Order: sequence, then C-alpha cells, then structure tokens
Amino acid sequence: MLRIRITFAKQGALRYTGHLDLHKLWERAARRADLPLAYSQGFHPQPKISLASALPLGFSSCCEVLDLRLNEEMPLDEIGTRLKDNLPGGIQVLNVESVDERAPALQTQVVSAEYQVNLTEAVDRSDLKRKVNEIMSAESLPRERRGKKYDLRPLIEELALTPSEERGAKVFMRLTAREGATGRPEEVLDALGIPADTARVERTRLLFSS
Amino acid sequence: MLTPEQIESKLDRILLKVEKPGRYVGGELNSCIKDWDSVQAKVALIFPDIYDIGVSNVGLKILYDQINQRDDALAERAYAPWFDMEDLMRANEIPLYALESKRPLACFDLIGFSLPYETLYTNALNILDLSGIPVRSADRDETHPIIIAGGHSTMNPEPMHAFMDAFVIGEGEEVIHDIINALMSLRAHSAKQSPDNAGLLRRGDASTSLSARPPRNDILRALAAIPGVYVPKFYEVAYMDDGTVSHIEPTIPEAPKIITKRMVAKLPPPPTKFIVPNIGIVHNRVSVEIMRGCTRGCRFCHAGMITRPVRERSVQEVVDAADEAIRSTGFEELALMSLSSSDYTHVKELVDAISKRFEGRKLTISLPSLRIESVSVDLMEKLKQHRSGGFTLAPEAASERMRRIINKYIPDEDIINTTREIYRRGWTTVKLYFMIGHPSETLKDVQAIADLCKRVLDEGRKVIGWKAKLHAGVSTFVPKPQTPFQWVSCDTRENILEKQALLKRELFKDKNIKLSWTKPDDTLLEAWLSRGDRKLAEVIYSAWKNGAKFDAWDEGRKHEAWIPAFAEHGLDPAFYTHRQRRTDEVFPWEHITAAVRKNFLFQDFRMSLEGQIRVDCRLNCFACGILPTFANLRRENPGDAWKCPDVKSPNKSVVSEQLTVVGG
Repeated sequence: MLRIRITFAKQGALRYTGHLDLHKLWERAARRADLPLAYSQGFHPQPKISLASALPLGFSSCCEVLDLRLNEEMPLDEIGTRLKDNLPGGIQVLNVESVDERAPALQTQVVSAEYQVNLTEAVDRSDLKRKVNEIMSAESLPRERRGKKYDLRPLIEELALTPSEERGAKVFMRLTAREGATGRPEEVLDALGIPADTARVERTRLLFSS
Repeated sequence: MLTPEQIESKLDRILLKVEKPGRYVGGELNSCIKDWDSVQAKVALIFPDIYDIGVSNVGLKILYDQINQRDDALAERAYAPWFDMEDLMRANEIPLYALESKRPLACFDLIGFSLPYETLYTNALNILDLSGIPVRSADRDETHPIIIAGGHSTMNPEPMHAFMDAFVIGEGEEVIHDIINALMSLRAHSAKQSPDNAGLLRRGDASTSLSARPPRNDILRALAAIPGVYVPKFYEVAYMDDGTVSHIEPTIPEAPKIITKRMVAKLPPPPTKFIVPNIGIVHNRVSVEIMRGCTRGCRFCHAGMITRPVRERSVQEVVDAADEAIRSTGFEELALMSLSSSDYTHVKELVDAISKRFEGRKLTISLPSLRIESVSVDLMEKLKQHRSGGFTLAPEAASERMRRIINKYIPDEDIINTTREIYRRGWTTVKLYFMIGHPSETLKDVQAIADLCKRVLDEGRKVIGWKAKLHAGVSTFVPKPQTPFQWVSCDTRENILEKQALLKRELFKDKNIKLSWTKPDDTLLEAWLSRGDRKLAEVIYSAWKNGAKFDAWDEGRKHEAWIPAFAEHGLDPAFYTHRQRRTDEVFPWEHITAAVRKNFLFQDFRMSLEGQIRVDCRLNCFACGILPTFANLRRENPGDAWKCPDVKSPNKSVVSEQLTVVGG
C-alpha cells in the first residue's frame, strides 16, 4: 500500500466547507481522478483518507495536510496532476509526497498551528499592541467556551502584531494544536477585543512533531 | 445596484452567523461561470426551496446545460435562503444574488422559476421581493427582468398568474431556446430602432446586460406567440355567479385560445456534469432519466397524465451517461429515474449492463418505482451489494374496490408473494406506500391498509422471524388538475384525521411497524392551490404578506397565515378543496392542456366510478389525445421512439362513444 501526503490550500468559497464535508470532497475528488483509493474493511468500507487538523469554518488556509492510501503504486507527479484537474476552484494542491506506511497517524503528529489574521476595520494600533503585551505577559487567561472553563494562556505560543501598510492591522499567532489542547484563533481575537466579523483568518502553517 | 464585490464583502461579515454557510457561496465543481460581458442573454434559474434540496433538481440542471451550451447566453443559479440567512440579508440590505457571479438577480434578463409543487409558491414571491423585483407582474417595467415559471404545478398556472410574466407549459428543453431567441431578436430590433437608447433603460451600472430594452409589452407579446408559452395578462377570465369559471378568452391575436404543452419528440442526451456541492445536501447523487412518461394510467397520478407519451432512452445511452456522470462528479450514488422502472422495455438488460459496468466501484444504485412482482426483487438483487435501506413498493390502495377505482390493480397475493420474497432474500425492512383519501374511500378501505400491512409483516416473520420490519408510508390524496380525478372532492380535515386515527390505532400496536403520514394542514394547502383559480393569487399574496413561506417545511407552515388570507378576500378554502365539480364545469385551467383531452379524462373518471380498469396503454391505445395533437412529431419519429402502439386513425373509433362534456 502507498501512503501519500498532500499539502493543499483551502480558499474562497471552500472556506465555508466544514471538516466532514471536506473529507467527502476529497473522497469524490480521488474518485474523479481515478486514483486507486484503499478502503477499510467491513460492512461499510470507508476510503482511507485522514485530515491532519480540522480547520474552523470561515478560515482560509495555505497549509492543510492530508494522508491518503492507495492500493497501487503511482508516480507522485501523476497523482498531483490528476487531482489538480478534479478539484473545485477553492482547493489547490501544493505538494504531493510519499510517506512511510508505518509512520504514526497524521492527527497525532500535529503540535501547533500558525495563523495570520487580517483586520478589515481600522484599529488603534497602540491599543492593540498593549493588549497583545498584556496577554503575553499574563500568567493565565481564564475563559469559558460552550459552558466549559479553561485557561487560554498556555495554548498561545506566540502572539504578535505584524507591520501592515493598510489601514487595518495584521496579527500573527501560533497556538497549540494537540489533542485536548487546541488553541482557537477566534478565542484569542475575542480576548483582544476584536469582533469576529472584522477578521479574516488564514492558517499559514501546521507544525508536526519529529 | 450592488456589485459582486460589494455583495461578497457584505457576505463575508454575515456568513459565519448562519447555519451551513456553504449554501450561499457557490464555487461548486461543474458550475459554469461565464464572462458576463461577452454574452448577450443572462438567465437566472431558480429552485425556490432551500439549496440542500434545489441543487440536485434534474429539471433545472437540464435547462442550465441547455443554456450554457450556447455561446450567446449564460445561466446561473439561485435558491431560497433559509430563515436565518434571509433575516441577515434583509438586515444588511443584500439582495438575492446568483451563486456563480454573485450578481443581484435583478441584473439578469430572464429569471426562470421551477415550480414542481405548489408549496413553493410563497417562496417564489419571497425570492422576487428579496431580489428587489416587484412581486406583481403588473408592477414591473423595462428595468426589470422577465419572470417565467415552469414545472409540473404550472399545468394549472392560474393561482400564480399575477406574479409570473409567462409560464412554460410542458417540457423545457426546446422552448427555453425559443424564449431566449425571441428576447434577443427583439433586443436587436430595438437597438436598431433607437441607438441612443443604449443603456438608458437599465438601472444601475453593474448591469451592462442589455444595450437597449424593448418595451416590456412587446416582449410579452412575442412570448405569447411561442407555442407552449402562456402569458396570463393576455387572457381574460369571466366567472359565473357561483364563483366557477364561465369562459377564458385571449385578448390579443398572438395568444392562442388553448395553450398546448411542449413535448420533445426524442429525449436529448441526459446531463452528466452535475453540480457537486461542497456541503452535504439531501440527494448526493447522479440521476439519469431512463424514460419519460408512463403508460399505466393510474388515475390519481398527475405526472402520469401530463408527461405522455412514453419515450425511452437506450440501454447504451443510459449506461454511458451514468458512467460519465459518475466520473465527472465522484458521487457515491446513482439513481435511474422514471415514473415506472419496470415498464422500461429493456429493464433486465439495463440492470445487467449497469451492474457489470459499475462492479466493484463502491456505488449505491437505486431503481425506484418498481412493479410489485418477483422480477423486481431479482432486479434489485443484482444492483445491491448489501441489503440495507429497505425495499420500497407502492400498492397505493389495499382493497380491491379501491384499486379498481384508482386503476392500479394489484392483487393481494402478488403483494404477499413479492414481499415474502424480499424478506427471504435478505432485506429486513419492506416499505409500503399507500394513499388515503381516494374518491369514495370508506373506513373499510383504510382498515384494509392496516390489515395488509400486518399480513405482510406476519408473512415476513415466518421467513426471517422477529427481525422483519415494515414501514407504512401513508400520504393523503390531493386531486390534481389535468387528471381523471380533477372533478372530485378532497377529503375534509375531519375525514383525514379519522382515517389516520384508525391507522395509528391499528399499526402502533406492533413495534416493528413504522407508520408515517402527511399532516392534514399540509394536504389541504396543497389541495386548494392545486385546483385554484385566478382569485387565489390575492390569497397567496396576502398569505405571503402574513409570513407564509417554506410551506412544505415544518418550520414554515403557517396555517395561521393562510386562513386569514382567505377571509381577507372573502373566499372559502372549501370551494377549492371539498367541492365535487359539476360535470360541465369549466375549469380555471381549461385553456391549458397537456394534450390529454378533457373527454378522455372524463371518460376515465366515469370508468373509475364503475370500478372499471384500463390496462397499460402500450398494449391498447385509448385515444388520450397525444397522438393526434403531436401527429407531425410522431410522423417525424416513427417506430418505437414512443411507446404508443400504432393506431390507424386514433380518434374516430372513440369519438362515437365519447361522453359529452360541456366546455371540453
């Protein structure tokens, strides 16, 4: 069996396609591309496709990663070409590589994720800078999400204002993305006092262990 | 008018606040985006229900392809936004837009609604309003698109006459081109006449569509002259004292007295590039129409009466189209569509060829509407890799008397033998579809439904024990225009509730029987709209003003919006639902015909009262009217292109025994 790792961008209309639907989308794309997809055993065989990390609805990304398993050998560049011709406009294949079949499951390897946030409304930069500093120097940031109390601070590895020529500002953040410890960009934005509908978030990098 | 960029930026701010934002962003594989400025005719096709249902509609897909295949025209799509999205669109002043270009619908030259069922009417009004287009045809001017509608429910267009500029009666594949051509030639003519008018008539700068818009009335007159197109403003309706129609007359020479449906002599190649949504929808599948029309003549069946004659596609064409469509979509399900699969001449060959072609491809294949006979079980067995999901059959009625009345005669023994075989071959669930409310039905006939269900399940238990399950889907009959039952009264709410109570009492006892039914409110709403007249337009308008929309949905059902609307206009819903029509009544749809003669329908109605059945009309022509109406088309398409048997002079033998119908 061949284990293939694909890095792809998810943009435009596809920002509004959720995790499960994205899984289905890849399944169909692989079928259209006539790739020899491997299926699980059992009564309802499922194609062996696994996405590294769920991307929240509305975010774009230039660094999504998935693994799929094929039953037959196939040149990597052919896989890439075939997929390119069979994906909707908002999904773009950036890289195709082969991975050791025995490597651990992709989802367990993600440790953190980086996000670039574009603010669409004008902001007071010095005020924002002060808030960023406050967050980064805080010991803890107790918050509540869906009725559960948690501490946001240890989930933030890096948070910074990036220089921007436009009237809006850009915020960079690196958040942990381990199972059971996933930082959410919209929570950080909320802590910064930035309304969610004035922020365009793009995931720019997934960091893996090893 | 907002530009696409303005709309997109407004959308970005609201989409994360609605359920399933993927409904509103387009970007699907196989959608077609053309350069706006390089085509002359822009058409927006609308399925006025939610995206999740509308996107898989095959009728609109056919038109989408037909139009986009032209170099001089483009077609885009829109659906009804769900409640949450509508609220935000109105609050943020976002007009309804087409998914492909994100342009407001008001920018298009032509807007085509699909109206397959009546519960979409209020949504159509709502969509016009959301688009900033006047809801009433009479209030629109040269700056507005032409609004047309087609689909099965427009076989009686009158309730919607005030809102649509024109209706297409019958099949759309050819007439859509006639309509576009008429628009374009009028425009060319108009541009020549008044070159300085260029652009002046258009509202806003986002729309560079028409260089010069001919007067609206000229366009409508041109449309009225196209066979199969009905322009209601050119017809006058007079009423009798009792509120029924006295006569309907055209008011201009171009408008024919009778509008006969359009029908394509040979089915064009089926669409294969289905839109692949990026979110989950109701039917994620490829649908290939294997045959159009039905020769069975079930008297309750609207589709069976209005889609004649039967035209089949070849096995080769179906299999190739299915293969191409699966390849171009990657869908996991294939549906082979028709009104009665078992009647498809080469159904065995088709099933063999399909199962061979798709072997090992992890595909679910469905072949709905199978006859109740063991052959059907053989067919399904070949198509199914596993037996999940149940096996569906539609006896429709359970007593011999009822089966004769509706002309769907299946002996109990056939049902028992077939269902026993289904259980024996490994299906654990049998789904049986029935209808209550057929003409002259009594509680005894309803009891027969319960008895039959129990017998089927008992037989199933003898074969597979307590694993056997049964699902009874019991809907309520609504008399439809252009059918033999167009004269009959619909059951009252009390009647329906009494019959449903009986079924619940009888069938709830067994936990392996699942019963589903239609709510009486839903049935009555469909019933008054189905056989409504022009006066109902005001009721629809008021109901919509009262908040009625998504009438087919539990979320949207607003009986409290409809009943006051009737009262406001001094009309009684019972006039439309519970009234047995006089035999000489002139119907509101008297000027519209599906080419099946009123005399034929009446004769069939009389036969039903006497319990007489008519066999499959492939075996024996009953002179319904299709052959004489389309005699020229038939001559151009001889042989077995149509499944009508050869008849020397189809009309003469029958004329003598015709029952006279005044106004027929």
